[in-house]
Amino acid sequence: MATTSTQPVFIALQANNDTMPIIEAIRQDNPNAVVHDYPAMVKIDCPGRLVIRRETVEEHLGREFDLREIQVNMISIAGNVDESEDEFVLEWRSA
Amino acid sequence: MAAEGNSKPAKKLSLKENYALLTRGLGWEPSYEKKEDIFRYISFEGVKIHDWDKWEDPFRLTMDAYWKYQGEKERKLYAIVDAFQQHNGQFNVTDARYVQALKLFINGITELEYDSHRGFNILAREFPGVGPRIAAQMQSLDELRHATTQIHTISQYAKYFTGMNEFPYQFDRVWYLSIPKSFFEDAVTSGPFEFIVAISFAFEYVLTNLAFMPWMSGAAFNGDMATVSFGFSAQSDEARHMTLGIEVIKFLLEQDPGNVPLVQKWIDKWFWRGYRLLSLLATMMDYMLPKRVMAWNEAWEIYYEQNGGALFADLARYGIKPPKRAPETIAEKGHVAHQMWSVFYGVRDAVGFQTWLPSDEEMAWMSEKYPDTFDKYYRPRYEYWKSLEAAGTPFKNATLPQLCQVCQWPCLFTESGDPTTLSLRESEYQGQTFHTCSDGCKDIFDDTPEKYVHAWLPVHQIYQGNCFLPGVDPTAPDFNPMYEALRYMGIKPGIDGGDYKGSADATNWENWTSRPANIHEGAYTDAVRDTANPADASARKTS
Repeated sequence: MATTSTQPVFIALQANNDTMPIIEAIRQDNPNAVVHDYPAMVKIDCPGRLVIRRETVEEHLGREFDLREIQVNMISIAGNVDESEDEFVLEWRSA
Repeated sequence: MAAEGNSKPAKKLSLKENYALLTRGLGWEPSYEKKEDIFRYISFEGVKIHDWDKWEDPFRLTMDAYWKYQGEKERKLYAIVDAFQQHNGQFNVTDARYVQALKLFINGITELEYDSHRGFNILAREFPGVGPRIAAQMQSLDELRHATTQIHTISQYAKYFTGMNEFPYQFDRVWYLSIPKSFFEDAVTSGPFEFIVAISFAFEYVLTNLAFMPWMSGAAFNGDMATVSFGFSAQSDEARHMTLGIEVIKFLLEQDPGNVPLVQKWIDKWFWRGYRLLSLLATMMDYMLPKRVMAWNEAWEIYYEQNGGALFADLARYGIKPPKRAPETIAEKGHVAHQMWSVFYGVRDAVGFQTWLPSDEEMAWMSEKYPDTFDKYYRPRYEYWKSLEAAGTPFKNATLPQLCQVCQWPCLFTESGDPTTLSLRESEYQGQTFHTCSDGCKDIFDDTPEKYVHAWLPVHQIYQGNCFLPGVDPTAPDFNPMYEALRYMGIKPGIDGGDYKGSADATNWENWTSRPANIHEGAYTDAVRDTANPADASARKTS
C-alpha cells in the first residue's frame, strides 16, 4: 500500500463537534499530517497518503462509526479516493 | 412461507458487494432497440470507451446511503437557516459591504448550480455505463439542492438589502452576468465527455476549492452563519463530485490512448475558462470581505500551485501535462483582484452592487500581501481616485467596456509580463474581427470559432439598441440609454449599484444596527451609537 509520492493530499472538514474525534483519529494514524485551523474549517495536509481508519475513529468517538458519515462534514479533498468499511484513503500514486 | 423470526437474517452485504449489485446487477443490455439509438451523443466527440464496467465510484455510494446522508445534511442546514432567520442573523455580518458580495453570489452563481443540475441530468440519460449514470444522477440532485438552499438562505438578506430580488431575470440579462452564464452554457452545449471534463474535473476538482474553502471560511469570519452553512453543506457534496472528476479523467485516459489528446485539449480549455470565471473571487476575497482571512494570491498558491501541482504530477503517468495557460494565472495572481475592482468601481453606476475605494487600513493590508504589485501599480490609482472623491469630482466611466468574445469579461486584464499594457487579441473569421482578452481565450476561439461567433455579447447588444424594455422610445428627447439599459437588466438605477456611501444599504444598515456601514471609515450617519459618548452620536460622523 505504500506510495512513493510525497505530493500533498488533503482533507478539509467543518470545524465542529462531529469532526473532533475524526481529526484526532487522523492525527493518530498519520504522524506526518499537518492540521491547519481556519475560520469554521480544518484542513489537514499529508504527504503522499492519508488514511482515516474506522476503528481509530470509534475509539475516539466511543460508538460505532460508519465511514460514510464523514461525508456530512467533509468540505473538500485532494488525492485519489479509496473507501471500504474499514478505511478511507486519499493517495497520490506518482512521485 | 416461513414465519418471520424463523429464518436467519441475511448476511449484511459489504460496501463493495452492495455497490456492485446497484451498478452492475441493475443494468441491462437492450434487446429491441439499437444501443446507438438509445445513447445518441456518445460517439461524436471521438472518445473511445471499450468497457464501461471499468468505471467504479471510489465512494461506492449506494442509493440508500445517498438519501440517508443527504437527508441528514438538509436537516442540519435548515436548523441553522431557521436559527439565522429567527435571530436576525442578516445584521450580524461585519458590515453591509459584505452583503454586496452576496449579490454577486445569488445573481451570478446560484443559477450555475441549476445549470449544473440540467447538465448532469443529461449525462445521467446519455452515458451507457451504469456506474457513471448513477453518479451523474446523484450529482444532478445535489446541484438542485444547492440552488434551492442558496435561494432559501439568501432570501432572508433579500428582505433587507437591495439587488437580490430579481436573480433569475438578472442572470439572463445583466451585462457582467453573461460571464458565468456563457461559461456554463458553453459546457452544457458541448458533448457529454467534454461537459464532464469541463465541470467535474477542470472546474470542480481543480478550481472550486477557491470558492468553497477560502471564500466560505471568509464568510464565516465575517459572521455570515447562513452562507457558510449552505456553502459547506454544498461542499460536502462537492467532495464527491470532485472524486467523480478525477475518476472520469483516469477512466478516459485508461480506456484508450486516443483519448489523451482530447482530454488534454479540454483540460487546457476548461481550466482557462474556469480560471477566468473564478477570478471574480479574487476581487470578492480581497475587496468585499471587510475582515479578510487570506489574499487571492495566497489562495492561488495553495489551491492551484500546490494542490494542482500534486494532481498534475499524478496524471503525468498518463501523458497529461498541466494546463497550457497555467503560467499566465500565476503571473496574474498579484494583479487580477485590483484590476477587476478598478473596473467595477469605474462602472459602478451600471452594476447591481455597490462599490467603494479601499480604506487606508485595507490598502496597508494589500501592500503587505502584494508587496511586488500593490504599492507600485494600484495604490497610486486609488489615492488619485480618493483625491477626486474629496474634491467632489469622482472618477466615473460612462462607457461600457469591450468584452472578450470567449469569457465575456471586459478586456481589463494586462499582459502577463507588463501590467501597464492591456492584453488584447484579435482573430479573423469569415471576414470579421473578433476580440479576446488573452492568449487563453484566443486559443479557445481559434479552435472552434463557429461556436463563439454566436456569443450574445451584452455590451454589443446594448449599443445596438437590443436591450430596452417594450415601449421605450429611443428617439424621445429625454431618452437616457444607460438608465433604460439598466431597467431592462432588472437593475434599479441609483439603488442597487453606485457608491456604497450614501446608498440605501449603507444608510439602512446604520439605522437598523446602530453600527457603522463601513467598519474602516466610522459612521456615515447619526444613527450609529457612540459607545464612548452616548449622548453625542453625531460626533463620530466622518462627514
